[in-house]
Amino acid sequence: MNISGKALVLGDDVSSDLIYPGKYLTLTDRAEQARHALEGFGTDWPERLRGYAVLGAGWNLGCGSSREQAATALLASGVQLVVARSMSRLFLRNCINNGLPVIESDELASALSDGTTIGADLASGVAQVDGRTIHFERLPQALLEIVRDGGLLARLRRRLHPGTCP
Amino acid sequence: MTTLAEKILSRAAGEPVSAGQYVEVSPDWCFTVDDTIGLIMKYHQEVGLTRLVAPEHLGIFYDHFAPADNQEHASDHSAGRAYARQHGITHFYDVGQGISHQVCVERGLVKPGQLVFNSDSHTTTLGAAACFGTGLGAAETAYVWATGRIWLRVPTTIRVVLIGTLRPGVDAKDACLALLQAHGSRVATYRAIEFHGEGAASLNMASRLTLCNMGVEMGAKAALFPADSVTAAHFARLGIPIEMEAGRPESDAVYEREITLDLGDIEPMAARPHAVDNIGSVQDLEGTVIHQAFLGSCTNGRLEDLRAAAAILTGRHVAPGVRMIVTPASSQVLAAALREGIIEILIAAGAVVTTPGCGACAGLHLGVLGDGEVCIASSSRNFRGRMGNPNAAVYLASPATVAASAVAGRITNPRSL
Repeated sequence: MNISGKALVLGDDVSSDLIYPGKYLTLTDRAEQARHALEGFGTDWPERLRGYAVLGAGWNLGCGSSREQAATALLASGVQLVVARSMSRLFLRNCINNGLPVIESDELASALSDGTTIGADLASGVAQVDGRTIHFERLPQALLEIVRDGGLLARLRRRLHPGTCP
Repeated sequence: MTTLAEKILSRAAGEPVSAGQYVEVSPDWCFTVDDTIGLIMKYHQEVGLTRLVAPEHLGIFYDHFAPADNQEHASDHSAGRAYARQHGITHFYDVGQGISHQVCVERGLVKPGQLVFNSDSHTTTLGAAACFGTGLGAAETAYVWATGRIWLRVPTTIRVVLIGTLRPGVDAKDACLALLQAHGSRVATYRAIEFHGEGAASLNMASRLTLCNMGVEMGAKAALFPADSVTAAHFARLGIPIEMEAGRPESDAVYEREITLDLGDIEPMAARPHAVDNIGSVQDLEGTVIHQAFLGSCTNGRLEDLRAAAAILTGRHVAPGVRMIVTPASSQVLAAALREGIIEILIAAGAVVTTPGCGACAGLHLGVLGDGEVCIASSSRNFRGRMGNPNAAVYLASPATVAASAVAGRITNPRSL
């Protein structure tokens, strides 16, 4: 699984309230959710995020509320990879189980700044940033497969309706 | 050699498991709340699911916006009720029953040794009843409802040893804030916390619920008080039989590390805006002007918390220009507070008492802050925007500090009154 793109980088302890404010919790349409991604930082941020395939952050990304819209709004905004020095347990689970790949790596996250282009091979644990090669700890195989399947719901759909397209 | 987390997850996995392993588990319960039921229903419709695997293990609680405050929330509530009827989900707690975690424990729904999921991060609260409670996202919850299983990583455990006893005017919330001050909000990420020591034994169920609740603010996946005489008395009062051993770690369990906290050393504390580990002593923050005082939430909306506030508010009045909002954690808390005369004291002091539920904590209704306003709250989170307005500031403190501050109109040490 290879992903490459430009990164938008956030700081430490970015809560899920900042990533996705609570007042939009009832939105179930992901395109609508995307219109509020990162809105906790300001109303211009959802637009600002567009065009970035990678979201970078410091420690403890996604702390707080279990709201999975924090992951699905990013996904629907076009984010294909999240790289942080560390993530909260719930945010990490919500990303993986909705098919959004994550990398927890101090070294890799520290190498990113706004606009940095990064390429990462999730299966081998190797990334390229500004011509530099950085190794990171891969997700366990079982979790990589969930990501590759497009998340738990895509997996569930195939189990319920074998033979249908993913 | 198993910690309580390992013991409970071994049972749920059907085989012995230890820290670091990724395992498939079957929970005893998988709950959801009203801010997630809409997504779960949508997901089930999208994947073409027609039958839930074990409705008797599921439950729905309306607590985040109950009674509904707008058309969208009301429609979610209505659709959720129909869904529960259609699928035979009988553990259905409609508006006004209270916050899911509080209802689970006060009615003895969850028991020692059980694995419990809920699509709410504060599910760690349930560890006060020696069960492994942890939050899930919506897709995960929808998946468990469909299959009865999900993956988990078995966490390592931090052993937190509490020594000494709390002084008057200081409570379990101050102990949570002291732990956050000493160890920060990331100390327990992916980990379980087990509380031990004579200080832990001295804490009642309400205090334990507060400590386990705030466990998630330290990043914890679960926070547990092993079953002891307090646990036994809680379930005996409810007339519910429990298996004590299922809620206890083995004596030679291996812990990742040990943290000690002397309860006798703690002063009233507060978390300053906008982080749960931005801690100061109330004494140092005295004089900070407030506009709203919020007493409630799954952290501190219990009878003991209302009682502590009433003790301060008896014969006193909330300061002019300040509104004090009291949201009991459940209908049982409200009923008990009425019987004790607490509600009368709170109202005489100028407080407003709302429907039981999550209330102002979630920033959805019943106490959203205005631009530039400052709130002192007994809840568990003060992230920017948490109480519904990114241009407002929230201080977290104990019920006694919230009440004392409401009276003075400024952050005030309850021990000084």
